[in-house]
Amino acid sequence: MDRILVVAEQRGGEPLGIVLELLTAARGFGATVEAVTWGEGSREAVETLGRYGASRVYAAGDLGASLPGPRVAAAIAALIEEGGPPDAILVGTTYDGRDIAGRLSARLDRPVLTNIVGLEASDGALVSEHAIFGGSQVLMARFTGEAPGIFVVRAKSFAAEPADGGSPEVVDVELPETGTSDGARIESRKLEDQSGPKLDDSAVVVSGGRGLGSAENYALIEELAKLLKGAAGASRAIVDAGWVPYSHQVGQTGKTVKPTVYIACGISGATQHMVGMKGAKNIIAINKDQDAPIFSIADLGVVGDVTKVLPKLIESIKARQ
Amino acid sequence: MNVAVCVKQIPDPAMNLTLDPSTHTLVREGKLILDDSDAYGVEMGLQLVEAAGGGDVVLVSMAPNSETSGLRTALAMGAASAVLVSDPALAGSDALGTAKVLAEAVKRVQPDLVLAATESTDGYTGTMPAQLAELLGWPSVTFAKHVEVAEGNVKVQRQTEDGYDEVTCPLPAVVTVTAGVVEPRYPSFKGIMAARSKKVDELSVADLGLEASQVGQAGARQEVLSVEAAEERTAGEVVLDEGDAHERVVAYLEQIKVL
Repeated sequence: MDRILVVAEQRGGEPLGIVLELLTAARGFGATVEAVTWGEGSREAVETLGRYGASRVYAAGDLGASLPGPRVAAAIAALIEEGGPPDAILVGTTYDGRDIAGRLSARLDRPVLTNIVGLEASDGALVSEHAIFGGSQVLMARFTGEAPGIFVVRAKSFAAEPADGGSPEVVDVELPETGTSDGARIESRKLEDQSGPKLDDSAVVVSGGRGLGSAENYALIEELAKLLKGAAGASRAIVDAGWVPYSHQVGQTGKTVKPTVYIACGISGATQHMVGMKGAKNIIAINKDQDAPIFSIADLGVVGDVTKVLPKLIESIKARQ
Repeated sequence: MNVAVCVKQIPDPAMNLTLDPSTHTLVREGKLILDDSDAYGVEMGLQLVEAAGGGDVVLVSMAPNSETSGLRTALAMGAASAVLVSDPALAGSDALGTAKVLAEAVKRVQPDLVLAATESTDGYTGTMPAQLAELLGWPSVTFAKHVEVAEGNVKVQRQTEDGYDEVTCPLPAVVTVTAGVVEPRYPSFKGIMAARSKKVDELSVADLGLEASQVGQAGARQEVLSVEAAEERTAGEVVLDEGDAHERVVAYLEQIKVL
């Protein structure tokens, strides 16, 4: 493989964790690694992108109020038209990443492979690994057509490790105007309360599900998470029910977490949830249904009512501190 | 206002899903149902049309064997009609192939707005709506948790990593809705009866003016190399709570040095 292009989403000059993971993986394949980044802070992100392996960074300017999808995809398509196709394009599974990958795929008429949890090189091409049926089976796939294939990779599929790379070459690129496809405008950004450690990189995650019985009981999850200096997560069921914001959701449609310990409280273990947490080092499950699938992957299972077990657990941890 | 809703008819996720051993694609024989994720789009479409004071919700779908049972569910909820693309040439289509088919179907419907789920329950690629929007040359707003239409614009609360963005987008546009955006209605008996006689236009790949090589397995330009059982985590100790199970949890947390 000669060249891999990493789509490098950043915020305020800090590349997202998934971007550093993708750069680390890409340089492991012995290819020249390039990154394309955009938006406010993109110039500040260059050094970090270089440190993780990018030898050239294409820096596009500010998008203003536009959503990134159409114009970033157009910018990447223009780069390919000018400099030829890379062997692969790696994109992180984020809200904007999926938009960019989808739009780029249609623009280049190249397929996408998504929900990738691993990559390996074989015969000069990338083979992607996918966890299917709730992670019970591993599927390996590859593109058979002309490059570049577009690989959309889930967070935490690789460990991010800096390299000793020097400063990358920076190439300023234009964000092309795309006409009607670029009609959406961000009017304002609302931040929801995010106190405490982030779900993505916390060593302890305490998650709640339907077994809590009511939205009010989610306070038990938050309290235990706080005591353990961890983050509070949730199953899709209680996010859909409106008990907690989507930003807490762990699973296929939410976040992937790999903490030291994951404590699942009142979560039965739907396949859609297990995909997002089965990479935890230790799993503790508390659920009143002894046949709940979550017990099949738990290192310690407690068959009991979470609304009874959690208050006692909280009290005894408090008593120790 | 007319709204097209992309709906997928899928094998019941509650049943055991299997892959065809030779093609490695999901076995889609037998009865298919409306993907739960799409019920939110159908409901959203119905509410937007009601709020606009007129118009129709039209379903667009791609499915094998002229399957309509999932479409009938959405028609029973209140959608006016459906466009179904069914063709043996579509077997093995990927997200881009699907987007090409649905883009042609949407062009026939000429809606003001296209709604879709953020991803399907069975394939969960999650890129089809953006591919569809790009093929149509339309703007798109994905991950909507609140949607309203006013003065030729769709206003969306779009989910972000740490909250949401208020986004305004001119119509026509593609919007994907998250589960929970609205509470899907249950079809009434009257709705179920009415759905039986609602129009389902069935089209083939050739009817849409597409080449068979652009869709299906050939158009997907990807192959599955292997499918193997994953290394399973095994169940550990299980204790029954008799009022003291929290002590076991504390001991475990100590053992792994979290406490």
